[in-house]
Amino acid sequence: MTLHLKMDEPVDRDRLEDMVQGVIGEPIDRPEGELKVTGRAPYAMEQLPENCHHGVLVRSTISKGRLADLDKTTIEALPGIRLVVTDRRLLRNPAQGMAGEAPVQETDNIHFFGQPVALVVAETFEQARHGAQRIVQQLQADTKVVVNPDDPEAEIETPRKKQASTGDLDKAMREAAFTVDQHYTTPGHVSAAMEPHASLASWDGDSLTLHGSYQMLRFNRAELADALGIDEDKVRILAPYVGGGFGSKLGIAPEAVAAAIASKELGVPVAVAMTRQNVFEMVLRRSETSQRIRLAADKEGRLIGIGHEALVSNLPDESFSEPVTQATPFLYRGENRLIGHRIARIHRTPAGSVRAPGEAVGLTALEIALDELAEVSGIDPVELRLRNIPEEDPSQGIPFSSHTLAEALTTGAERFGWESRDPKPGTVREGEWMIGLGMASAARVNMLIESKARVTLTSEGRAVVETDMTDIGTGTYAVLSQLAAEMLGLPMTEVETRLGDTGLPPASGSGGSFGAASNGTAVFLACEEIRRQICEKLTCEPDDLTLKDGHAIVGNRRVPLAEMLDGAELSAEGHTEPGDAEDKVRQATYGSYFAEVAVNAVTGETRVRRMLGVFAAGRILNAKTARSQCLGGMTFGIGMALTEELLHDKRDGHIVNRDFAEYHLPVNADVPQIDIVLLEERDRWANPLQAKGIGELGICGAAAAVVNAVHNATGVRVRDLPATLDKVIGGL
Amino acid sequence: MNAAGNPTAQTQLAINGRDYRLDADTRTTLLDALRTHLGLTGSKKGCDHGQCGACTVLVNGRRVNSCLTLACMHDGDEIVTIEGLGKPGQLSPLQEAFVRHDGFQCGYCTPGQICSATAMIEEIAAGWPSHVTDDGTGKPQLTVEEISERMSGNLCRCAAYPNIVDAILEAAGGKRA
Amino acid sequence: MRPFDYARAASSADAARLAREGATFIAGGTNLLDLMKLEVMTPSRLVDVSRLDLAEIEATDAGGIRIGAMVRNSDLAADEGVRRNYPVLSRALLAGASGQLRNKATTGGNLLQRTRCYYFYDTAMPCNKREPGSGCRAIGGVNRLHAIFGTSEHCIATHPSDMAVAMRSLDAEVEIENAEGRTRRIDLGAFYRLPGDTPHIETVLEPGDLITAVVLPPPGGDRQTYRKVRDRASYAFALVSVAGVMALKNGRIAHASLAFGGVAPQPWRDEEVEHLLQGEEPSLPLFQRAADALLADASPQEGNAFKAPRLKRTLVAVLSELCGVKA
Repeated sequence: MTLHLKMDEPVDRDRLEDMVQGVIGEPIDRPEGELKVTGRAPYAMEQLPENCHHGVLVRSTISKGRLADLDKTTIEALPGIRLVVTDRRLLRNPAQGMAGEAPVQETDNIHFFGQPVALVVAETFEQARHGAQRIVQQLQADTKVVVNPDDPEAEIETPRKKQASTGDLDKAMREAAFTVDQHYTTPGHVSAAMEPHASLASWDGDSLTLHGSYQMLRFNRAELADALGIDEDKVRILAPYVGGGFGSKLGIAPEAVAAAIASKELGVPVAVAMTRQNVFEMVLRRSETSQRIRLAADKEGRLIGIGHEALVSNLPDESFSEPVTQATPFLYRGENRLIGHRIARIHRTPAGSVRAPGEAVGLTALEIALDELAEVSGIDPVELRLRNIPEEDPSQGIPFSSHTLAEALTTGAERFGWESRDPKPGTVREGEWMIGLGMASAARVNMLIESKARVTLTSEGRAVVETDMTDIGTGTYAVLSQLAAEMLGLPMTEVETRLGDTGLPPASGSGGSFGAASNGTAVFLACEEIRRQICEKLTCEPDDLTLKDGHAIVGNRRVPLAEMLDGAELSAEGHTEPGDAEDKVRQATYGSYFAEVAVNAVTGETRVRRMLGVFAAGRILNAKTARSQCLGGMTFGIGMALTEELLHDKRDGHIVNRDFAEYHLPVNADVPQIDIVLLEERDRWANPLQAKGIGELGICGAAAAVVNAVHNATGVRVRDLPATLDKVIGGL
Repeated sequence: MNAAGNPTAQTQLAINGRDYRLDADTRTTLLDALRTHLGLTGSKKGCDHGQCGACTVLVNGRRVNSCLTLACMHDGDEIVTIEGLGKPGQLSPLQEAFVRHDGFQCGYCTPGQICSATAMIEEIAAGWPSHVTDDGTGKPQLTVEEISERMSGNLCRCAAYPNIVDAILEAAGGKRA
Repeated sequence: MRPFDYARAASSADAARLAREGATFIAGGTNLLDLMKLEVMTPSRLVDVSRLDLAEIEATDAGGIRIGAMVRNSDLAADEGVRRNYPVLSRALLAGASGQLRNKATTGGNLLQRTRCYYFYDTAMPCNKREPGSGCRAIGGVNRLHAIFGTSEHCIATHPSDMAVAMRSLDAEVEIENAEGRTRRIDLGAFYRLPGDTPHIETVLEPGDLITAVVLPPPGGDRQTYRKVRDRASYAFALVSVAGVMALKNGRIAHASLAFGGVAPQPWRDEEVEHLLQGEEPSLPLFQRAADALLADASPQEGNAFKAPRLKRTLVAVLSELCGVKA
């Protein structure tokens, strides 16, 4: 039986409140934790069969042109080399998130430096790596290639659907008491999941099994099947453990298709792991952005106009463009509004989703601009934001499903000791260090994505949750188990969650912060159906049934579930999909960041000394894993603020810093003991759990709090991120 | 030479108290030997260039990046990997603390973090200084600052750093100051 | 990685014999293997010298110390004598790399680290250091990391070591055993060669030469520090660094030796600057003059122009710290 729910209307009844097991929301340890800390959790490359061969991808060394020939004879004589795959089905780059079909193939057409062009397969990894390095390519480079978004010859696309204007912003700017009109830039970023993309392919007849490192298996299966030209039901993808994603593993990637082709041709399993350098060059990056922000405020600091125009980039034929202005239409008030979005078509590693596409960089720039408005108006930055919280979505005129920005701001300000901040920059000094405080708002759109899950109550009275959902570190194993335990009245030890197998009911996948809420809803619905089946057995009304500690309780009867089941098992599927609710209200999550930095007056080095994040995302399903997600997001923010930057050579667009020595992820010493507060909230418009996504909220504006603190410390306003020491000290 | 024609080396390794014999291509790193040849996949490959620390193991008691050393250079060495520190149901105190403090999310860097921390605690106990140890000849203390500095060779993109520090502090009985 | 034969040297004579036949030494391997994986370096024979009996730190008759070439960076940094008498060296070592890398990296190997130039690391790029005559792509490219002193039109790469910078400020000598078993000592300053038109030749080592030790004279001053400026709080190469060793006598500078990292193809030292400080009364204006003198020869690129003012201020801060002058 399937219980289905389309979210057309709010779900007023907070059903989880009726439950008594007491596990939902609790800071419960991850059930798979023991496997992870002992090295026993199997990731994609950890179940290599005996006869497995190894493949290494070959990259293009020009930015645009044609691969005229790949001289296989240059390596065929090398020991162990078994195959060089050049096949029209190879992928040029990973599929964009939720594409459900193959991305651009035909790798002999070269569109960017570092593009995969072939796969070298050998008996061992060492042999394949050497072969991939030695193989000689005949390349025909185009004479003219545009690789920089600011190249005057870059083709600039201005999609009509992505422009919006209401009122008269120019007029508002003229009439305003206070204005800000500034340009901000953010560089390209990479997801940099610690596990590089990796696939192990093996065939049984015409059926393919792929152990992969992917976030959205139902889409990935369709993409892989489409790329190979086979039926979806001939493809099974397994990804029970994924070593991080952050958007980089949304779509099927070149190594998977290459491994599948090679395995088919050789008749043996083939494993292909990208090198870290491959991951930098071949996996979708976050586009660099160039943003113009205009703010017009009256003399009380109330916004009467907001303009946010962005220039991003991608390859000419890629559909994705970083949705920089995503939160701008609804975050702050203002009747005169302008949104602009332009895409430079250039030949760099293509752009795609990296944690919180849109808000991560767009809100960061907007929140630096707000700080500038606070400075020119002399209004405290927290107060300025409080004055600009709109009553309803100012662009669409629809209500908010829930709104907690004000509470996040005031709670954060109090907890952080914001009132001690001297608004005058450069006033606090400790030896060589200049100390400053900064803050920013957080906001991220909330989504529900179609999702299914199956829950089985075994005859022993244990629950098994099954879905092709993934846990990329987000806590899926924990929260789905908690939901089933809560709904079915079971201790956590009596629930098992099985994930990451396309043979299981198709879920939303992990992405866009929608995984836990979407797939959690499917589990919730399946459990509701099982509860109904239990009521049938016990001939009682749903409201009269209590499930706790493995017992069904009705009135004064208390029956162990196993006894009640009497050898039978109960199974149900839950199925949820988005409906009209998302058009009736504006759904988003909100929060605030506060940061204290120290900037060294001699060197310009910035250290984040304290940082606080206050967030509301509806019901929190697991306070421990939710907090960890926020820590992760805010640390991405610290990286964005201070160290992370893809460096492209302007002459050919290639990524120069394609390793972890020179692309500077924050290290432990860069990150203070961050403080997180999760506000109590319910959002009845989101789903029956009244929970929203929290995986990305922590990065949406976090960098601005740091950069604003640098300004308070030094008086230097860095508008071109990251705020590396040369930019900070250069302004002093 | 092996059948396929590449130079090979024979290496005797004592891993987690057990003897292993390896006959592999000389190019095989200690990490690839563990993962591909010996079935010990707990040590992870995150960058293969000593820039992330996911491959950290203990060689003769010291933490090293197993990706940046050749297996054949370790003939007779004693190696401890994450598999040797504890197993489900029998976790080391540090492993337990990592679970309790959520000192990981995706779990991929975790074996390296735990191997690294295991040796790092010993390094502090032995009085080894770090970049943040105040006095050149003073005894380092187990503080947040010392732990953060000493654990900076282990990247975590999920950014469990504060939780990792808390877990180490608890397991090693350090100070929060 | 190109296939290679592997042999373990039983003695330094054994190592020398193998090296004469064209083998490359491997000790810690932390940089060599990194580069071999990318086929930036492609030796066909490796001689493992990591187990040679060269891992002692001994006192010398001259009152200094002799550091065996196989002494690990972590052991050297933690050595009580080094911490007491050569704190600049301990500090420099601890400012470099990570705990794991320091446990593998050796004293001799650290001196021979190759540059971190992005273009050197990418075999698809021209690079005169990797492939003589192919050109320098860093000039006109991304050169944030690159040198401002001692460059040539053929190469602007920096030497990445922290340890070597401290050793340069300590007047270190490199002890080398040649293929015939003869030992010689070379001042660290003379050990490295500037790129000129042969940037692929980085030191004066001859084939078969094995670094057996680094010898430090007694410290020229008890006021020592190492200051490193970098993009992360830890685990990042120096953008600029300053090693300073000073002594004051009767309120005047009796000894000043200064070396600079992240700014040149070798640990940089400028005698003129030291001379300018010698015998003078410490003061901020003096330090400013020294910094100006140092930077007079700088020839930065577009991407690393910031290094000149950074180095100036860092030098002034280091001198102020060492002399107890309020900055």
